[in-house]
Amino acid sequence: MIPPSFDYHSPRSIAEALSLLSSLGSDAKLLAGGHSLLPMMKLRFAQPAHLIDLNRISELRGIREEGGSLVIGAMTTEAELLASPAVRNKMPLLAEGVASIADPQVRYKGTIGGDISHADPGNDHPALMMALDASFVLTGPKGPRTVKGDGYFLGLYSTQLAADEILTQIRIPIPAAGSGWSYQKLKRKSGDFATAATAVLLQMQGANVARAAVALTNAGATAMRARAAESSLVGKPINEATLADAARLAMSICEPTADQRGDVAYKTAMCGEMTRRALQTAAARAQG
Amino acid sequence: MAKVHSVSFKLNGRDVAVEVEARELLIHTLRDRLAHTGAHIGCETSHCGACTVDCNGMSVKSCTVLTVQCDGAQVLTVEGLERGGALHALQQAFHEEHGLQCGYCTPGMLMRAYRLLQENPNPSEQEIRYGLAGNLCRCTGYQNIVKAIQYAAAKLNGVPFQEAAE
Repeated sequence: MIPPSFDYHSPRSIAEALSLLSSLGSDAKLLAGGHSLLPMMKLRFAQPAHLIDLNRISELRGIREEGGSLVIGAMTTEAELLASPAVRNKMPLLAEGVASIADPQVRYKGTIGGDISHADPGNDHPALMMALDASFVLTGPKGPRTVKGDGYFLGLYSTQLAADEILTQIRIPIPAAGSGWSYQKLKRKSGDFATAATAVLLQMQGANVARAAVALTNAGATAMRARAAESSLVGKPINEATLADAARLAMSICEPTADQRGDVAYKTAMCGEMTRRALQTAAARAQG
Repeated sequence: MAKVHSVSFKLNGRDVAVEVEARELLIHTLRDRLAHTGAHIGCETSHCGACTVDCNGMSVKSCTVLTVQCDGAQVLTVEGLERGGALHALQQAFHEEHGLQCGYCTPGMLMRAYRLLQENPNPSEQEIRYGLAGNLCRCTGYQNIVKAIQYAAAKLNGVPFQEAAE
């Protein structure tokens, strides 16, 4: 399988990429790691006339700490995230989520920005970003603007990114010390998309939950926060009763698509189970 | 007529230059233009790993990389593993430990194992299995593939190979 013909552009700076994007218009697609776009092009699900390859723009790569946040270049690869001591030590939820993405070869090429902006509900970064309260820097001809991760995803493959913008940076506040975390992902085999997955970031105060962030992967057209589940836990301990309640509330917002990974009832039930396990694991890791 | 790009890269240490359309995939350039047929075409959807080669120090599925992206790259394929007629420790190990049956996945397994051992010279069994998750063996001969990589790691580290108790 060979993709349809296209013109290839390899800009060296964000400014050059933006100018290409403006002049080529809607016939152009941005190429990040290529492990979603190139397969889609082989299958003729996408037939862009132009590819703007972002791989040679060094200002889009790298991880740095800045004012209590990690600032991650959108073209930073999953392998670079996994290898980063800052991510491992300060943002273990992100490290755990990334380790569950695809396989080593895909993680060498796949990027955090590509995974986010492709907005496939089966991608893992959207829910991780929501649980971590990330913001995205979108850069267009008029300069950068910052939007919240929660609200960025509008629908299947659809985000707030405008046609003349590039996602350039991901900014994630470093969770408070002692936070518990977990990304529980059910998949049929290594490398598969999630049948269901839940990201949890938890802060405890003594035996009770002070704050919970719960976000769901592949449970609907986009990743989503399970807000009712989150608020049901605040001020309460994690036990069988509160876990069952939170899982039930997470399931109540699920609208998964039936496919070879399961029917709607099974996927919904698995979302509840992943939510229960993620909360339980996060609570065990939290220090109140 | 689509535009043709001149692309130069190092293939197993040797300079090569090709003229390709932007849509040409690295696996096709290697096999059809450069007569390097070691990397195999399996699924063509970046699942199976049969087309795995090493590019700039990364294991990549060459069915999902455009040749035009490899300008200036260092590409290593299974043909480049042996040195001066001597098999690489990994190749020797796959032979000794019966790490292949039909052999179709083997070039991809070897190239992925090569990078894994560069990054982690003494991996645990679990690390080997996690590190090879992107390579499928349809003969399901994983047990001996893992053993072969442990054997090669031991040899490269200059320690005797100790087979784990069953």
